[in-house]
Amino acid sequence: MSPPLVEAVGLARHYRVEGRLLRALDGVDVAIARGETLGLVGESGSGKSTLGRTLVGLQAPSRGTVRFDGIDTQTITGASLRQLRRRRQLVFQDPSGALNPRMTIGATLTEHLRVQGWDRAAARAHVPDVLRQAGLSSEYAARYPHEISGGQRQRAVIARAISTDPDFLVADEPVSALDVSTRAQIINLLRALQRVRGLGMLFISHDLSVVAHACRNVAVMYLGRIVELAPREALFAAPMHPYTAALLSAVPRADPARERARDRIILPGETPDPSAPPPGCRFHPRCPLATDVCKRDDPPVRALGRGHVSACHHAERVPQLAAGGSR
Amino acid sequence: MTQLLEVDDLVVSFGALRAVDGISFAVTPGETLGLVGESGCGKSTTALALMRLLQGATLRGAARFAGRDLLALDEAAMRRVRGAEIAMIFQDPGTSLHPLIPVGEQVAEVLRAHLDIPATEARARALELFRKVGIAAPEQRLRAYPHELSGGMCQRVMIAAAIACGPRLLLADEPTTALDVTVQAQILDLLRSIARDSGMAVILITHDLGVVAGLADRVAVMYAGRIVEAADTRTLFANPAHPYTRGLLGAVPQLDRGWDEDLPTIAGSVETALAAKGCRFAPRCNFAYAACAERPPLEAVGEGHVAACWKVR
Ligand SMILES: Nc1ncnc2c1ncn2[C@@H]1O[C@H](COP(=O)(O)OP(=O)(O)O)[C@@H](O)[C@H]1O
Ligand SMILES: Nc1ncnc2c1ncn2[C@@H]1O[C@H](COP(=O)(O)OP(=O)(O)O)[C@@H](O)[C@H]1O
Ligand code: SF4
Ligand SMILES: [Mg+2]
Ligand SMILES: [Mg+2]
Repeated sequence: MSPPLVEAVGLARHYRVEGRLLRALDGVDVAIARGETLGLVGESGSGKSTLGRTLVGLQAPSRGTVRFDGIDTQTITGASLRQLRRRRQLVFQDPSGALNPRMTIGATLTEHLRVQGWDRAAARAHVPDVLRQAGLSSEYAARYPHEISGGQRQRAVIARAISTDPDFLVADEPVSALDVSTRAQIINLLRALQRVRGLGMLFISHDLSVVAHACRNVAVMYLGRIVELAPREALFAAPMHPYTAALLSAVPRADPARERARDRIILPGETPDPSAPPPGCRFHPRCPLATDVCKRDDPPVRALGRGHVSACHHAERVPQLAAGGSR
Repeated sequence: MTQLLEVDDLVVSFGALRAVDGISFAVTPGETLGLVGESGCGKSTTALALMRLLQGATLRGAARFAGRDLLALDEAAMRRVRGAEIAMIFQDPGTSLHPLIPVGEQVAEVLRAHLDIPATEARARALELFRKVGIAAPEQRLRAYPHELSGGMCQRVMIAAAIACGPRLLLADEPTTALDVTVQAQILDLLRSIARDSGMAVILITHDLGVVAGLADRVAVMYAGRIVEAADTRTLFANPAHPYTRGLLGAVPQLDRGWDEDLPTIAGSVETALAAKGCRFAPRCNFAYAACAERPPLEAVGEGHVAACWKVR
């Protein structure tokens, strides 16, 4: 079997914040195959962006390894490193912040290709084609970011990311800043690009319904860990981690009858300070299923069959909890 | 039923820009009205106009609230309304609170500005309010500064300040948009129970159709400064009449269906609307025809259900 396109093993990333060690990523194992879209959900501060940036090499891991095509990326240098940069790209959340306001869209794209080693003429010639693939006519090359709508800016950011013909794309909250009608357009665009190009993709979103539309597999993060990972059908129908169950039950649905009938799992309190995660299972102070073992022992990641993994001592009891909360 | 608030042909202009272009709606006592629409369509401007908090804007029309026209009150009279009879909470609670004053004191100040009570009583009432809005360890939290509290906790403080004087109307502008989904669920629960227990009416402003589905009794949909449709919540979701409402509902990704199909979209973007002379949705509408060059009136299409569209009249 060929190795996964991207694989992280024991990945950790620490920050020093006011003299304290903040473990933004605290032991993450994840693999993404060619042509696979993995959704990554979790609340703000759980470490999603840090994982995304580490997987595309914008940040070095504090511990653990990232392998690309089976090769440890830390060992890659020189021309291969430039190749590697070309092959993994990032789409940011905020399309306005991601584009230089003083450069036209065309200049931004050309510049990006130049950095990756293209000569200027070839880069310029490539621009209309890339814009078209992102759903923009070639006229947009002459426009400045402030002259176009938010949705078009996000298309431009996507155009930049795909311009180097990458194999792996991290899309970090690509639709969070967009309105409903534009959001649907961008989700469709990313789906189409992924399908046509066979991209491996990490699609980060705090919105579970967005991820449901864009990804076949979904990982859930909580305080620097992936606490559950499963094919979307299984994750949504029968979650095996109580945090996932609570997230699912909290998502407001555009369906009044259902909204009013449901019994939410309301979690007490808020996500704890990531520089001082609770002992044992880091979710235990908020968990409706917590018992003594949860306060004491960090639950290992367990494989529960059919590609479903969960880091919960009581994973088997979660579907019952979820059934009450999602009706 | 007699209305608590009756907005009649409200126009708000910033110079040549008509951010709110002649909207009319009413709120009955105790009712929660959802005001939904995409960004830039005039939701916040509407709320700020009612509170008379807009600078550099020209207001026209009327907003009758409990026997007075809010748009005609002088600043002194308006100050007595604001915070006491009509309160407002915002999307970003962090910036609406004063960064250098303990949050408990800020709530106490709201009380003292409107009620003639001594400081000690104001503090005692603030504590009570903190309990009511579900702030854990309320005695300690009274002395906390905003930056020491999470976003969800700050929003609870804002809610405590808003309900301090028992207002009859709460304007909640994207109150949960900046919050994580599990915290959003807590805050929505809180707003629902406060509204139910106190009989306070709420105008809930949001771009999130899921949020109104759970909370609003009635929903008004705005597009480019106008209300294009309004109905009771069930009707609006089950039987949307306006092509924009239908498009919006279709474009929402669902948690449990349609995963393998492309999402239905509304072509173009809202930027095209301002140029439109007649129906502002016409440039994006699949059903647009000659008549749409005129502005369609908001007319009944069913029991308590109005829409502004030539096609569905
Ligand atoms: N450059 C940084 N310096 C210090 N702390 C950081 C930095 N980037 C992220 N963090 C912290 O790391 C944690 C994870 O952040 P992030 O990866 O951005 O989470 P998410 O994308 O899920 O919101 C948070 O507690 C955040 O405050
Ligand atoms: N103070 C202001 N001066 C000029 N234009 C404004 C001002 N406030 C809002 N606008 C404009 O009015 C329109 C409606 O804005 P807003 O009410 O904030 O929309 P929403 O709350 O629905 O997102 C937008 O086009 C916005 O740019
Ligand atoms: S291990 Fe225990 S505390 Fe952690 S999620 Fe499972 S039941 Fe809850
Ligand atoms: Mg992030
Ligand atoms: Mg607004």
